[in-house]
Amino acid sequence: MSAPTFELTRASGRDSAALELRGHCHLEGAADLWRQLQAGLGAKRALDLSGLESLDGASAALLQALVAEAESRGGALELVGARAEVHRMLALYSCDSPGECAPARQREPGLFDEIGRATRDIVASLRDVLSFMGDLCVALMRAGRERGSVNLRAVPNLMERAGADGVPIVLLINFLIGLIIGLQAAYQLQRFGANVFVANLVGLSMVRELAPLMTAIVVAGRSGAAYAAELGSMRVNQEIDALRTLGMDPYRFLVFPRLLATVAVVPLLTIAAMVVGILGGLIVAVQDLGITTTAYFNQLHGAVGMLDVMGGLLKSVVFAVTITLISCQRGLATRGGAAGVGSATTSAVVVILFSLVVIDALFTVTFNLFGI
Amino acid sequence: MTLSAICIRDLSVGYGGLAILDGLNFEIRRGSIFAILGGSGCGKTTLLENLIGIQEPLAGEIDITGFGTPDLDRGFPPYGVSFQGGALFGSMTLLENVSLPLVRWTTLAESAIEAVASARLRLVGLAGFENHLPNEVSGGMQKRAGIARALAMEPSLLFLDEPSAGLDPSTAVELDDLLCCLRDDLGVTTVLVTHELASIFSIADDCIMLDKQARGIIARGSPTSLRDESQDPTAHAFFNRLPKTPPQPGVSENCL
Repeated sequence: MSAPTFELTRASGRDSAALELRGHCHLEGAADLWRQLQAGLGAKRALDLSGLESLDGASAALLQALVAEAESRGGALELVGARAEVHRMLALYSCDSPGECAPARQREPGLFDEIGRATRDIVASLRDVLSFMGDLCVALMRAGRERGSVNLRAVPNLMERAGADGVPIVLLINFLIGLIIGLQAAYQLQRFGANVFVANLVGLSMVRELAPLMTAIVVAGRSGAAYAAELGSMRVNQEIDALRTLGMDPYRFLVFPRLLATVAVVPLLTIAAMVVGILGGLIVAVQDLGITTTAYFNQLHGAVGMLDVMGGLLKSVVFAVTITLISCQRGLATRGGAAGVGSATTSAVVVILFSLVVIDALFTVTFNLFGI
Repeated sequence: MTLSAICIRDLSVGYGGLAILDGLNFEIRRGSIFAILGGSGCGKTTLLENLIGIQEPLAGEIDITGFGTPDLDRGFPPYGVSFQGGALFGSMTLLENVSLPLVRWTTLAESAIEAVASARLRLVGLAGFENHLPNEVSGGMQKRAGIARALAMEPSLLFLDEPSAGLDPSTAVELDDLLCCLRDDLGVTTVLVTHELASIFSIADDCIMLDKQARGIIARGSPTSLRDESQDPTAHAFFNRLPKTPPQPGVSENCL
């Protein structure tokens, strides 16, 4: 750290209530200046600046803050003898009122503040969701009335991003899931001599539960997060407002294309996921359990029916709608800047994952009730 | 003798190997206010981005070593920069935005940092808005907070991109006064990109005018000399607020 370029002394030949500041006061020495002044001023009522040759903005701000501090305590601190340049700088950083130089610090929120804010946020969030659903219904009706008002040109590109680009990761994950279920089941089934039932276990698990759910989770992580971030950025950059001023409805221009694209590709990804999951189980069946490929597929044919496949696909459609609507709602409700976009994206993914599991559970309970 | 603060030699700037401005040569005097002018899309901001080191020049040399080493990866640069839109950090209050470099690069006590940062905000007319987030204040206020942040470390060189755009006339004049004060009392060198003629005439000591077609400087000198003496038709039109193309016969002058 550089040596101080100023000197703070007791004013000579004057009353004892004054200190004298000499030299040059710049940002490099501002920390020392602040320390020395706070320690040295005490009850002093004046600071003689006649020996001060130069003063920068930071130091001027500190001197004015000390003056304001003294005034707020009911005392007074006078800055005297400043030469013209120093005086100009002090004037530049002067305050109209003492409170201006010592701004009120933001109070740390207490427990009740936090509860109040959380409640307000929850209510605002619910209002946003209701508003989104209302606007969505209105947009849906208008889209039905005004043919060609939905931005269909964006759909193929969105389908590619949500579907084709996600194929490798969806296939890999579901293949591994099929393999894992097969391996977990193999040991237990071998103990009962029920090796062939690995096809039932893997087939039903993949088709009814895991392929739709795992695919939806991957799509939520890839496309759901992307939708929320994209729409959130558009919201904070006023692009959504700009769309409205151009007479274009953000729902028909942005939300519906995403909805159509996701609803179109998620069932296709789910079918692919079912197939590779079953193939994962087949590898375990052939390698570890000594079952032939024909026996595996014969068993699978008897265990998994078209109703199971349709049930899985129905889930995948509902999951696709859930992912898109939640991510778009969170994106359109984004407030603030970059941090707001980050929160919207995180919140979208968390809410989607929670909703997917809840919806899956509801489907399973409903299917059981109807014996499907 | 006035020392040069910045020397630009044979500078070529652009994107992806494509030069927007080529063969630039000029000097900026220490302790002066220097304006970079030109029509939209002529490369003013690109030139500024090269000067502050966030873009690499395609060719040529920018010498600002008189102010210190401008290495953005090693310590605080020897200049303050205010961007067109303010470029404030959205998750921080205005006070925290201005305090940020002081917290990182000085040993000032927390109370002193608060006093200095709030004084900078007061200086740009934002007293009372210290605890607001950027999205809670207007665009003009965000820009002023950006200027306050640029001033936080007491730089002797300031780069301002369109500082007066979007400000009301009174605030714009106050900002001009502040820049003059910084120049006259502290010898701060200011490089500003602007379109505001009133501001240019009242504060700029020197200026250069860039042109898209010429891909370089078409006029240089003091604003008044360029207004009164420039032979270049684009510069003449710019400084005298005239249309680039003469009015068509039959078109009412009131419409122009």
